[in-house]
Amino acid sequence: MEQAYGKVHRYGDNVDTDVIIPARYLNTADPAELAAHCMEDIDQEFVKRVQPGDIIVADKNFGCGSSREHAPIAIKAAGISCVIAETFARIFYRNSINIGLAIVECPEAAKEIKAGDMVRVDFDSGKITDETTGKTYQGQAFPPFMQKLIDRGGLINYINGEEQ
Amino acid sequence: MSGMTMSQKILAKHAGLESVRAGDLIEAKLDLVLGNDITSPVAIREMEKFNTKGVFDKSKIALVPDHFVPNRDIKSAENCKCVREFAGRYAIDNYFELGEMGIEHALLPEKGLTLPGDLIIGADSHTCTYGALGAFSTGVGSTDMAAGMATGKAWFKVPSAIRVELKGSLAPWVSGKDVILHLIGRIGVDGALYKSLEFAGDGVAALSMDDRFTIANMAIEAGAKNGIFPVDDKAVAYLDEHAPGKKWEVFSADPDAVYDETITIDLNTLKSTVAYPHLPENAHLAEESGDITIDQVVIGSCTNGRLDDLRIAARVMSGRHVAKGMRCIVIPATQQIYLQAIEEGLVKIFIKAGAVVSTPTCGPCLGGHMGILASGERCVSTTNRNFVGRMGAIDSEIYLASPAVAAASAVAGRIATPAVIGC
Repeated sequence: MEQAYGKVHRYGDNVDTDVIIPARYLNTADPAELAAHCMEDIDQEFVKRVQPGDIIVADKNFGCGSSREHAPIAIKAAGISCVIAETFARIFYRNSINIGLAIVECPEAAKEIKAGDMVRVDFDSGKITDETTGKTYQGQAFPPFMQKLIDRGGLINYINGEEQ
Repeated sequence: MSGMTMSQKILAKHAGLESVRAGDLIEAKLDLVLGNDITSPVAIREMEKFNTKGVFDKSKIALVPDHFVPNRDIKSAENCKCVREFAGRYAIDNYFELGEMGIEHALLPEKGLTLPGDLIIGADSHTCTYGALGAFSTGVGSTDMAAGMATGKAWFKVPSAIRVELKGSLAPWVSGKDVILHLIGRIGVDGALYKSLEFAGDGVAALSMDDRFTIANMAIEAGAKNGIFPVDDKAVAYLDEHAPGKKWEVFSADPDAVYDETITIDLNTLKSTVAYPHLPENAHLAEESGDITIDQVVIGSCTNGRLDDLRIAARVMSGRHVAKGMRCIVIPATQQIYLQAIEEGLVKIFIKAGAVVSTPTCGPCLGGHMGILASGERCVSTTNRNFVGRMGAIDSEIYLASPAVAAASAVAGRIATPAVIGC
């Protein structure tokens, strides 16, 4: 995956993993089941609205709180191709990379991109293009190993692939 | 070259390096890898995909089913079964079945499994608790847990640090919970994002070990990678009791260590503090709370379910009764704490006061079971998060507080300090 392209779902500061996937659903780890409840406690319409390839844009500290990997799993399984935020909570950041969910820190993009905009993210260069407004932003580029890791669907597949 | 923080020195040692600097990417050897009944099944599934023959060291893995136990439903029972069978298959030394278990972050120090200088990861965000004993411990996700169990290693980005200088000592009824809620109120829920919170100063000596566990436990609520305390006589006395015969290495920050900033807290001036919905940073003084009526009180969790916490709550509730209609749930964090609470007469005080006492479980803290809130209900809780819907209905509310304030609030029927009910 070299690029992400999709419609933007927009959120604010401190979106915690409890609202991304409420604990009442943590008795399962099935990605499809988790996806069905993704963002349920902050945006009940999200699962009805989301299309494969869509992008989440949020302000600071996205993914704070519980270390549940179920949160990035739910977002990825819901079809989201990339999350752009001003900052990410550190465990969520690590978990997203480990399961192969593309995430990009970019304060300028997080500030300006609006809900419903069509956005393209180029992982080689870190360039973010809001095709609705025509504006571009520079997020951090993904180093090659991280791109490969995301391509292969996560850390475990990546490590296994390197060993072979 | 400038010196290293306490956290950096532990990371350097485990990476086999002379020194590290903030921002370095390192691979380090782990002393303990932890998981619970929610995160372990995901890790176990990942590990089974791994090209590995087994776990790196069966004595350095801890599996603690504590979140949805005793099993709250069939799916949770299946998760616990998955963990139990994995523990059996790999002969994991530190698997804790119901009857032996407790809430993981209270249990592992009690069992002497977390030592000064250790490098610990756990698939639970509150793994940072063990910093109270001078360990570098941090929360990760299930995939990191899987890789850690298989290889005994993990990669880290070396954090910079905020030094928290504690001065003086706490007033009666003010405790570690008030210290950490005050700090998070000052710096915000991302105030220490990606960083270490290193506690120091003469005020440390005045804090009990249980206070320190509470403070380190909630470092994550300021976004921190870890929270850590120096290892002093009180810590050594705790270790002598809980980890007799074990060896450990004490690390301390270099005198010329570089910090992003220093925050000073005068413990003498702190008052009972309450974090209002829906973020732990919404800190207010309990005495200024006015008339906020409540439906439920929870006293427990990995933050405040230890013996000191129960003793304080019992002192407040002794000879008193919870307000009419109040639901007060007390949850000792481990079997040992539960037993001690019975032997000291604390459980009797709670029951006579109209509270219920539960077997150890994370239960209501994360809206699992044992105290879910209905729509519009309010709870004063000694737990660690007051996010939207955390304990139940989306429009329910959680006020985070110390055991003293939680117990006084249960009696008063509204947010109250012990002084309000005549303590």
